Amino acid sequence: MSPIKIDASCRYAQNHEWIRLEGDLAVVGISDYAQDQLGDIVYVELPQVGDQLAQAESFGVVESVKAASDCYLPVAGEITGVNEHLESEPELVNSDPFGDGWFVRIKIADPAQLDSLMDAAAYATFCEQDS
Amino acid sequence: MTYTPHTPKQVSEMLATIGVDSTASLFDTIPKEHRFPEVDLPPALSEPELVSVFRKLSERNDDLEHATSFLGAGAYNHYIPSIVDHIISRSELYTAYTPYQPEVSQGTLQAIFEYQSMLCALTGMDASNASHYDGATALAEAIITAIAAGRGRRRRVVMASSVHPQYRQVCDTYTSGMDVDIVTSDDTLVTTDALLSLVDDQTACLIVQSPDFFGRIHDLSAIADALHTQNALLVVVANPISLGLLRPPGEQGADIVVGDGQPLGNSLAFGGPHLGYFACTKALVRRMSGRLVGETVDHAENRGYVLTLSTREQHIRRGKASSNICTNQGLNALAAAVYLSVMGKQGLAHVARLCYHKAHHAAALIDGLAGFCVDSTHSFFHEFVVECPCDADRIRDRVYAQSGIVVGYPLGSDYVDMAKRLLVCVTEMNSAEQIADLARALEEATA
Amino acid sequence: MTEPIIYELGQPGRTGIDLPPCDVPESPLPTALVRDDLDLPEVSQLDVVRHFVRLSQLNYGVDIGMYPLGSCTMKYNPKINEDIARLSGFASTHPLQPEEAVQGNLQLLFEMQQALAALSGFDAVSLQPAAGAHGELAGVLMIRAYHLSRGDTQRRVMLIPDSAHGTNPASTTMAGFRAIELASDARGNVDLAELGKHLNDDLAGMMLTNPNTLGLFDEQITQITEMVHSAGGLMYGDGANFNAMMGIAKPADLGFDVMHFNLHKTFATPHGGGGPGSGPVGANTTLAPFLPGPVVQRIDPPDTGDTVQPSFRLQMPEQSIGRLKAFHGNFGVIVRAYAYIRSLGAAGLRQASEMAVLNANYVQTKLRDVLPLPYDRMCAHECVLQGIVDGAEDIRALDISKRLIDYGFHPPTNYFPLIVPEALMIEPTETESKETLDRFCEAIRCIAQEAIGSPELLHDAPSSAPIGRLDEVRAARQLKLRWLPPDESDADAH
Repeated sequence: MSPIKIDASCRYAQNHEWIRLEGDLAVVGISDYAQDQLGDIVYVELPQVGDQLAQAESFGVVESVKAASDCYLPVAGEITGVNEHLESEPELVNSDPFGDGWFVRIKIADPAQLDSLMDAAAYATFCEQDS
Repeated sequence: MTYTPHTPKQVSEMLATIGVDSTASLFDTIPKEHRFPEVDLPPALSEPELVSVFRKLSERNDDLEHATSFLGAGAYNHYIPSIVDHIISRSELYTAYTPYQPEVSQGTLQAIFEYQSMLCALTGMDASNASHYDGATALAEAIITAIAAGRGRRRRVVMASSVHPQYRQVCDTYTSGMDVDIVTSDDTLVTTDALLSLVDDQTACLIVQSPDFFGRIHDLSAIADALHTQNALLVVVANPISLGLLRPPGEQGADIVVGDGQPLGNSLAFGGPHLGYFACTKALVRRMSGRLVGETVDHAENRGYVLTLSTREQHIRRGKASSNICTNQGLNALAAAVYLSVMGKQGLAHVARLCYHKAHHAAALIDGLAGFCVDSTHSFFHEFVVECPCDADRIRDRVYAQSGIVVGYPLGSDYVDMAKRLLVCVTEMNSAEQIADLARALEEATA
Repeated sequence: MTEPIIYELGQPGRTGIDLPPCDVPESPLPTALVRDDLDLPEVSQLDVVRHFVRLSQLNYGVDIGMYPLGSCTMKYNPKINEDIARLSGFASTHPLQPEEAVQGNLQLLFEMQQALAALSGFDAVSLQPAAGAHGELAGVLMIRAYHLSRGDTQRRVMLIPDSAHGTNPASTTMAGFRAIELASDARGNVDLAELGKHLNDDLAGMMLTNPNTLGLFDEQITQITEMVHSAGGLMYGDGANFNAMMGIAKPADLGFDVMHFNLHKTFATPHGGGGPGSGPVGANTTLAPFLPGPVVQRIDPPDTGDTVQPSFRLQMPEQSIGRLKAFHGNFGVIVRAYAYIRSLGAAGLRQASEMAVLNANYVQTKLRDVLPLPYDRMCAHECVLQGIVDGAEDIRALDISKRLIDYGFHPPTNYFPLIVPEALMIEPTETESKETLDRFCEAIRCIAQEAIGSPELLHDAPSSAPIGRLDEVRAARQLKLRWLPPDESDADAH
């Protein structure tokens, strides 16, 4: 089994979502650890562009054959884009969780909320304790 | 007869293995004061005695194999080809469980896949599930699906009052804890405009039945178009036999089609078990509750079938599942699959046409009787409403007492202003002679 | 070994059955409303028969061998009950016939209501719900209606143990309640300290399966029901495991206010490949007025000294939550279940429960040195072990289950209850003999040895079934939910 990847440019939530700043916007997805736990992803339910959500509010569901997990927005924001490739290629979440397997782009409402998230090193420790 | 094979010797051996001295001590955890209570039941019957007791009970009923019936109203008397019962009596099929282990359940899984396929063809929809308990609960599930499709933001449902009264009652009960507002039209005549005027931007779906409870066929395309411009869904309740003749709701813009598949090879059985069918568009597939069978392959690329999309279901989503449904009506769906297979394209079309022509013939005859009136300005399939010269219950009771004919369903208990109206159903099981007898009996009932 | 799809077996123009010609004058059809095309199979009758017979041969059923699915109670389905249900007096009656014409059916339903009341200690029973989950929804809606009738609108919490079946929280949500999960303690009982934290005015009630899905009878059951009642809540019983209780204890005595039965489990009606079932609901005097309807009432004739029989009629309970299904319930299933009850009687039903519990404890004792046993106590009618073999880290419950198929047994329930990792829930039922149980335990023993010595036998299993392990990921990613002719299917499907 290959070691779990952790992307240093991201911050992480306790439910294993990651968030990465890209200029004014941010990208959100689920971590390599999460996709490994879920197994082969079969479907990702995503919100609509324009939806406004609070921190820790559910923005979608990621489904594998054996589980369906809610995804919670790491910080409050407005959905500005969703990854439409996931409709026909949900396996991108497994193969490239930090890249092509991204879920949504958001405009962050309150940047201070980023501080409540874990950095890469803290997340690595968190995952070790989890398993 | 207990069907337990244990000999006393074996029981002793097993108790010894477990390490207790009596069967009673297996239940020490139960509070002593509540252990081994008296249970008041009649003494056990041997098999021959059982047959005798139940035969007598069954003979305290007037069954429709021995009577002429024109009763419909949601349960229908159709011919069931003999092979249906032979197939569903094969124990590999009826003593199997839900197909969670697909390698040893391909019989069940493929039969359900075929059922799903045939329901799609019948309704003109993209996908069908493996069934719900009955047409009424399938309609309740359609409401739940329509609301989930709008992510819960729209919680209003508009319902035509010409939808089966019991279906409407079930929808009310199902949604009583759900913060859903079901608005029913006052007017049973239901013009498209009247119903559509009740639709607003909070409406998740509009529900119509066609043929409706009174037997009338409705053109749905105009309704569908109007609804879709308001982002509301069209839910249609449809009798599956009628779909052997009529343009399917899927071709008219329906988003969800539900109904009861009892007429497809399932006996009346005093109201159950029947068969709730549920079909929808591609867009709604992942919102559909209930079991789904999908096609796949095994490691050697052999085609096979599995339950799929089960992560939507209660055993995985638990509190977040949209519905709690666990069982489908497996054996009833199998009966429907066998029925549709043996009837086939021509057989079902023929049954539907027989129903149509016989019903129209009966309606014309009855309309010609003094004191009776059948309004056929609206197209109908195999049910129609008869306006009687007096209360419809009295007509029903008199006809039954005088001729033994079961004449139909009095509408007064469901619709306050319809005490004189009778719902009459004619199927392929009613011969021309029986129809003539019906007309004669109605005449005599008013003499 | 695949069987073609029924559509693939036809030829245009073939018919499977003949029907009489139309014997009345034809009426004009409403051409604008008539369909152009009807895409159903066109297969000869013999080909239809062969198709479904061959499909049946790909299936495993209780009539073939032991089917030890936990909490499903796959006991023998007596054939005499099948014959009885098919009597035309039962099968050919219409639910809307006038009550005078169907007194036999109404009497049967009434007697069944009474029989279930006698077994459970409840005061009233409704036979309307069509399945266990349906009965659960009824029960939860009844509790809701009760609290609302007393003005207790703030009671919105339903407590549910972490071992509960998924239908419990799902039904709770459907009724507008909030489910709070309660941990089980180390002995598999509800943790009383945890329960104690929720005894307040928000409590609507608790849903409890007893014996629970671990196969264990809660050692503190009367304390639990007293605690919930003292806080103003009501107790819902999930009767899926009632096969351990007949003649052993009455749920009403233990403190339950309402409970559903599963006729297709406890009362030997066939599972039919997924249904139909029947989920009647019993209630004590507190909740009886709220039962779903209609129910059957008996009208006794005035005491004139005649031998006039009582009559029976349908009635809605006074404060009924309403109708949950069209018509009266799954009558055909109820007939079979009632025939089973009359066939066994009180003594026979108690013996069924005793032997069910004996069988499960026997299997647990014989397997405890082969597979880990998470709760080391007397079990009820089912036992939970773990699909873990020391020295075979790669082997999981799934592999053991699939290999059991090669030994001629249907696998037990996998991965449930969720609180036991690699759970194997085994319910033999009382209709399995000691010889069968011995063979089953021997098979598990062999498989555990294979797990260490030849694990590929497990990973590749089943090798003797009509088909190998199926690609469930592909099924979910490339949805193919209906057959389409080759020229119409698109590669990407949905």
